[in-house]
Amino acid sequence: MKYEDFNDNEYIERMAAELREGGANVLVGCLDELIEWGRSNSLWPLTFATSCCGIEFMAVGAARYDFARFGFEVARASPRQADFIMVAGTITHKMAPVLKRLYDQMADPKYVIAVGGCAISGGPFKRSYHVVDGVDKILPVDVYIPGCPPRPEAMLYGLMQLQRKVKVQKFFGGVNRQMGREEYEELLRRDLTAEGNDLNVEGEEKHE
Amino acid sequence: MNSNLIDKITAWEPRAVWTEGGDGMFTVPADGFHDLAGRLRADGFDFLRSLTGMDWGEAGFGVVYHLEATATGENVVLRTLTEERGHPVLPSVCDLWKAAELNEREVFDYFGIRFLNHPDMRRLFLRDDWVGYPLRKEYDPEQNPLRMSNEVSKDSSPTYELQPDGSYIRKRNVLFEEDEYVINVGPQHPATHGVLRFRVSLEGEIIKKLDVHCGYIHRGIEKMCEELTYPQTLALTDRLDYLGAAQNRHALCMCIEKGLGVEVSERVQYIRTIMDELQRIDSHLLFFACLCMDMGALTAFFYGFRDREKVLDILEQTTGGRLIQTYNTIGGVQADIHPDFVRKTREFIAYMRPRLREYHEVFTGNVIAQERLKGTGVLTRADAVSFGATGGTGRASGWACDVRKRHPYAVYDKVDFEEVLFSEGDCFARYMVRMREIEQSMNIIEQLIDNIPEGEYQLKMKPVIRIPEGSYYAAVEGSRGEFGVFIESRGDKFPYRMKFRSTGLPLVSCLETIARGTKIADLIAIGGTLDYVVPDIDR
Repeated sequence: MKYEDFNDNEYIERMAAELREGGANVLVGCLDELIEWGRSNSLWPLTFATSCCGIEFMAVGAARYDFARFGFEVARASPRQADFIMVAGTITHKMAPVLKRLYDQMADPKYVIAVGGCAISGGPFKRSYHVVDGVDKILPVDVYIPGCPPRPEAMLYGLMQLQRKVKVQKFFGGVNRQMGREEYEELLRRDLTAEGNDLNVEGEEKHE
Repeated sequence: MNSNLIDKITAWEPRAVWTEGGDGMFTVPADGFHDLAGRLRADGFDFLRSLTGMDWGEAGFGVVYHLEATATGENVVLRTLTEERGHPVLPSVCDLWKAAELNEREVFDYFGIRFLNHPDMRRLFLRDDWVGYPLRKEYDPEQNPLRMSNEVSKDSSPTYELQPDGSYIRKRNVLFEEDEYVINVGPQHPATHGVLRFRVSLEGEIIKKLDVHCGYIHRGIEKMCEELTYPQTLALTDRLDYLGAAQNRHALCMCIEKGLGVEVSERVQYIRTIMDELQRIDSHLLFFACLCMDMGALTAFFYGFRDREKVLDILEQTTGGRLIQTYNTIGGVQADIHPDFVRKTREFIAYMRPRLREYHEVFTGNVIAQERLKGTGVLTRADAVSFGATGGTGRASGWACDVRKRHPYAVYDKVDFEEVLFSEGDCFARYMVRMREIEQSMNIIEQLIDNIPEGEYQLKMKPVIRIPEGSYYAAVEGSRGEFGVFIESRGDKFPYRMKFRSTGLPLVSCLETIARGTKIADLIAIGGTLDYVVPDIDR
């Protein structure tokens, strides 16, 4: 797809300008470009789908639409091997912690695509008592693909937007940032499976 | 409803009151309900079609039971209720119909009704720390903000037993012992077809016990419907079982039309029938593709999807939607069929028949497929009926449960087709049922496609649709079983209660029975051939 065919060129330019603000070493810059070229053309999705959009996601992977043409075909069932997660479908209250955990298990650099109305805003189920109105409430989202469900072409467009985003990033800069000791410990403390977490009390007797 | 049955029931339980209004139903006092249910069960009513929890406000909480006798085809609707609003308690019928096991848990989850002697009174869909019961009319959603803490699954479940003095005591029922080896499958697992979760207790690699956890995609559609007008509720049905979008919406439209007393035109009936069958082909092709992929045959996955796209093209040209078509409306369909529809459908059928032979050559005859499917995961006919496992699963066990034959709707009574039946009840039979049903669906379409009568595609309906007071039930044969809609109306423009009889819930409830004693690897084949769609289970 040509540069001028994309709809959000200003956003990408702004992002690239921000990243290049400090200037770049020629050698590191060239290496960056090479790495980003490779990375953007081999993004591995997590096989994750909760509802209707998941079927369209499968269709994108299958014979007619074939996202292998763009390097997305290595769908991984384990989050530890995946580069990005397509949140395809409604996220409910019960699923939200599971999704967060899947995201936390993925290795950096990692990306999130919100597919379809439900993942973007709750969609037709926005007013339900058990639906999270927008997956961006719990995860940082990189690309939104609207639709109910989006057509496979729309999904391909969204995936290509992600590639563009990956391409302008700096692998040796912020993207591949190592986590500091303190931050790691903080994360460990936040591990919500811990017994001491007050949200996890055996609530049954309390609600009787 | 025949008067013979009414007499019989009033003789058994003189306090049972017959009320007209819609389909009509018996109201049975809670203390005599279990006896009456037991007599009906012994009398041949072996199929619990639907079990619906209700909040009747002042009158209290209750449950509506739709029963059918598979031998005679007789139907009866019963309800029982309790005035108690604080701690409502009703007798469980899960000793009579196994289908009640998960359905009563669902009712407990929605309304907080406790069922006496039910072995497992946990919530079915919502988190254990959920506050309140969402389908009660006074429920306040503010009570439950989004909780991001991980859920800890309990190894025991509460159960309630009646004491001779009328009180009841709470007991603990152990699900998994301390030293059992329990592994977790899902909710994010490629072979669970969505977000379903099992906890499986293993002895070596043999499954000893299986505990299903639903609700990871529980969207609360039934509660949402209570605040939507009838035409608005239609949009949500497509997203229940998205591989049966046309059929689900057909069921809801039929139920509303039944309530309104509207007869749609012949043309609409033809179009709806053809669309349902195209949808069924689409769903079964996806079933084939996914089953093969789950079992490692990736090529077959591409074949299935390649041909499925051709069905989607036809659907899209007329309806504008690929997966979710939102095509049926109350009193008709959204738009007339596309001028190319007839030609393209005929071309597709001509294309599809040789492809099916190819599938059988590629996959069905394959040694690995045969070894893995034949003889594994047997479901007996009695269990299938008791669990209410309709659709391909029931027919693979020899139960003639096709709604198209049992309660013909649309133009199914005018077409000649065979109900595919097998007797083995194993994975291979479930697989073959679906493959043969693709052929039958094509036969049905061929009989109809050239004779679509002229006429209106949409009746003129009132701008505000109000269904007369009463309760209505309508069912269609969805892609994976009986999909039913139950509406209780109070004459408003909103339904008082709308319940969808899930096609998938009975399938997961019988999973434990099927999987016990098989190897853990067979769970994938069993799950694949049961062909459930998780948003349809959770609703």
